[in-house]
Amino acid sequence: MTTVRVTVTLKPSLLDSAGRTVAGSLVKLGFDEVKDVRIGKVIRLQLETYDEARVRAMCDKLLANPVIEDYTIEVEP
Amino acid sequence: MRVAVVRFPGSNCDQDALHSLRDDLGIAADYAWHEDRDLSGFDAVFLPGGFSYGDYLRCGAIASRAPILDEVRRFAREGRPVIGVCNGFQVLCEAGLLPGALMRNLSEKFVCKTVWLQAGNRTSLWMRGVPDRPISIPIAHGEGRYLCDQDTLKRLQDDDRVAFRYVDREGRRTPEANPNGSIDDIAGILNEGGNVLGMMPHPERATSELLGGTDGRTILSALSAVRA
Repeated sequence: MTTVRVTVTLKPSLLDSAGRTVAGSLVKLGFDEVKDVRIGKVIRLQLETYDEARVRAMCDKLLANPVIEDYTIEVEP
Repeated sequence: MRVAVVRFPGSNCDQDALHSLRDDLGIAADYAWHEDRDLSGFDAVFLPGGFSYGDYLRCGAIASRAPILDEVRRFAREGRPVIGVCNGFQVLCEAGLLPGALMRNLSEKFVCKTVWLQAGNRTSLWMRGVPDRPISIPIAHGEGRYLCDQDTLKRLQDDDRVAFRYVDREGRRTPEANPNGSIDDIAGILNEGGNVLGMMPHPERATSELLGGTDGRTILSALSAVRA
């Protein structure tokens, strides 16, 4: 069994309104050093067999929306 | 003309849509289930609002991969009328039947109110009955900020595929009139053929005086004009 971690993030050029709200809240809590927050998603897949091309296909077909999101694939140790 | 109102798990404007079509507009309509694979006997598709599949992953993402979408694609290809309202608009974008995506409102708030819309396109089957004056239609969404890249936006503008823009009562485009931060004040767009309309505002909630207005009829009555 292989565990694969897919991280989906908004494209850097896009405004992350939720991240902006969280950044504002952190600053209000006294964490003045926070200049930006981006929120993404972690999707952990348990796979019987690992084939990177197939995981990439899963991302392209469903897990990420290429119009607004980027993704990275990592195999967990 | 018989309209299929598609129900996904989590659809919640399906009954409004059916009631509006049948009782307010006198158009034959029935429910279709997201697992159906055959829409023969229907002439048009209405993808209603709601939270299909709990909006899991992304709004409309799971619904856009449902079996019935093959039939919706066929309708789109054959030039039959397809409308997606609110979550239905999100489904159409996720399915690639319309370009772009719908993101969280800039305000981070769910917005539920009546807005004013100005028709852009005047030639699509959906737009022929819409008047030149601003029309008043309710919205209710948290993720309605339409977004696309600059090339897509230019294509939508050049090809006359912006169906509706948010305006004020006098028809002026102002920052205050745009409820969610949509690019170019876009509230609804059309596909290349003009037969697929996606919009965040709810025309099915504006087809009866009793419920506050009838401007939605100017859009949905397009369905009674189309002959099977």
